[in-house]
Amino acid sequence: MSVTVNLPSVLAAHTGGARTIQANGRTLGEAVADLAARYPTLAPRLRDDQGKPYPFVNFYLNDEDVRFRGGFAAPVQDGDEVTVIPAIAGG
Amino acid sequence: MSATSSSIALLPLTARPLRCRNCGAERGPAPVAICELCLGPLDPVYDAGRALPDAETIRRRAPSLWRYKEWLPFDGDPVWSLDTGFTPLVEAPALARRLGVARVWVKNDTVSHPSLSFKDRVVAAAINAAAAFGLETIGCASTGNLANAVAAHAARAGLKAWIFIPEELEQGKIIGTSVYGARLVRVRGTYDDVNRLCAQVADHFGWGIVNVNLRGYYGEGSKTVAYEIAEQLGWRLPTAVVAPMAGGSLLTKLRKGFGEFLDAGLIHGQPPRLYGAQAAGCAPIVRLLERGGSALEPEVPRTICRSLAIGNPADGLFAARAMRETGGWGAAVSDAELVQGVRLLAEDVGVFGETAAGVTAAGALALARAGRLRADDEVVLCITGHGLKTLEAVLDAVPEAPVIAPRLRDLIPLVEERS
Repeated sequence: MSVTVNLPSVLAAHTGGARTIQANGRTLGEAVADLAARYPTLAPRLRDDQGKPYPFVNFYLNDEDVRFRGGFAAPVQDGDEVTVIPAIAGG
Repeated sequence: MSATSSSIALLPLTARPLRCRNCGAERGPAPVAICELCLGPLDPVYDAGRALPDAETIRRRAPSLWRYKEWLPFDGDPVWSLDTGFTPLVEAPALARRLGVARVWVKNDTVSHPSLSFKDRVVAAAINAAAAFGLETIGCASTGNLANAVAAHAARAGLKAWIFIPEELEQGKIIGTSVYGARLVRVRGTYDDVNRLCAQVADHFGWGIVNVNLRGYYGEGSKTVAYEIAEQLGWRLPTAVVAPMAGGSLLTKLRKGFGEFLDAGLIHGQPPRLYGAQAAGCAPIVRLLERGGSALEPEVPRTICRSLAIGNPADGLFAARAMRETGGWGAAVSDAELVQGVRLLAEDVGVFGETAAGVTAAGALALARAGRLRADDEVVLCITGHGLKTLEAVLDAVPEAPVIAPRLRDLIPLVEERS
């Protein structure tokens, strides 16, 4: 499955300036692992040493927080959109 | 840049550098809230060797939150929102009897200037950060109170404001924003959806979104609640503080504020136990505290307390730690209880708070019933927003006023019946 990943500008330095990139996998975790393999300096910014998401980096799958969909285990479909957003404060 | 007309020479305003709370990396002052290395949150760094005022010096300063400017994230003199803060601390003996504790005070931010909620404090800090960085447009993602504050402060400073709120908010919060001429956008979805959009807005437009890319500076404004409580109690500490939790930031900043005044030697003793209150229909921080561990589980909010309806609170973990490590705890109350909380605060204290105030009052009552508060406790309740903003919540809970002709004989039976 090929998904589109939107990155915050703060991470674009690790992808040669690209903020929208394609990734492959059957789950969100596999898509993140694919990115991690292709962009080694991006890898530790998306997930920890054990391959788990950080509490302060949120992943959205088609506008929904993936923690409602099983986190990195969430299955993805061709054409899905993943958005990476650092956790932000309340108001 | 200065918007004041004082004859005293002002020192130019600059913002303090930033440090990552997660990895410790430092960077220069910037409208950036996220660490480039690890995406952790950035906090301002203070000069440990800076000169700090003593109590007498602070007492002589103007009654605003800037009397504590050495603990706010700037060098030089602030240029905007100079008269925000220093709200009343009101003793509430009837509420103390109801809670079964020695003394109770209400920190009354319902009369905060200019927009009637404690969000004036954080916006006073954020708008000066915007000034330091030369930003001409500010904005926010908001559940209402912050929207009111950003709109009001921006209007006065002559800045453009873009404000994003969930589609469904109380009328007072919507009108109380658009009246200032702010560009108000209602977003289909919850606050968490709005917040996500605003992260991308800050990234795309380069505006100063106060609770996104100015967040490190913005959050420090909340510490002034703690400074004021300590000073208004006569430079001493309460034993317990109860505060509402939405994103969880206020709890962490209360802890930091009390800690900084202890470190400065302005007050002495044990830091207060910190208690957080949420509506049961959106209580991810209370549930994290009760469950233990460090994995916050986001929720889809279902409560009339829209100002606390943040299902994915960014500071939730830090707030849970603040409660646990100070010996405090949390409480989640139903919508019916929070409406009762609004009424008991009004009837016992003479303070009309919004739904979050009802959560705080009802939360304090729940904590007292659970034996979390002690008979010798001196408790401060942080009441953070005015009740006129959320009239919808109490419409059906207050008695209807009788209508009579302007004749004494119509009134006499009424008085006899109600006396």
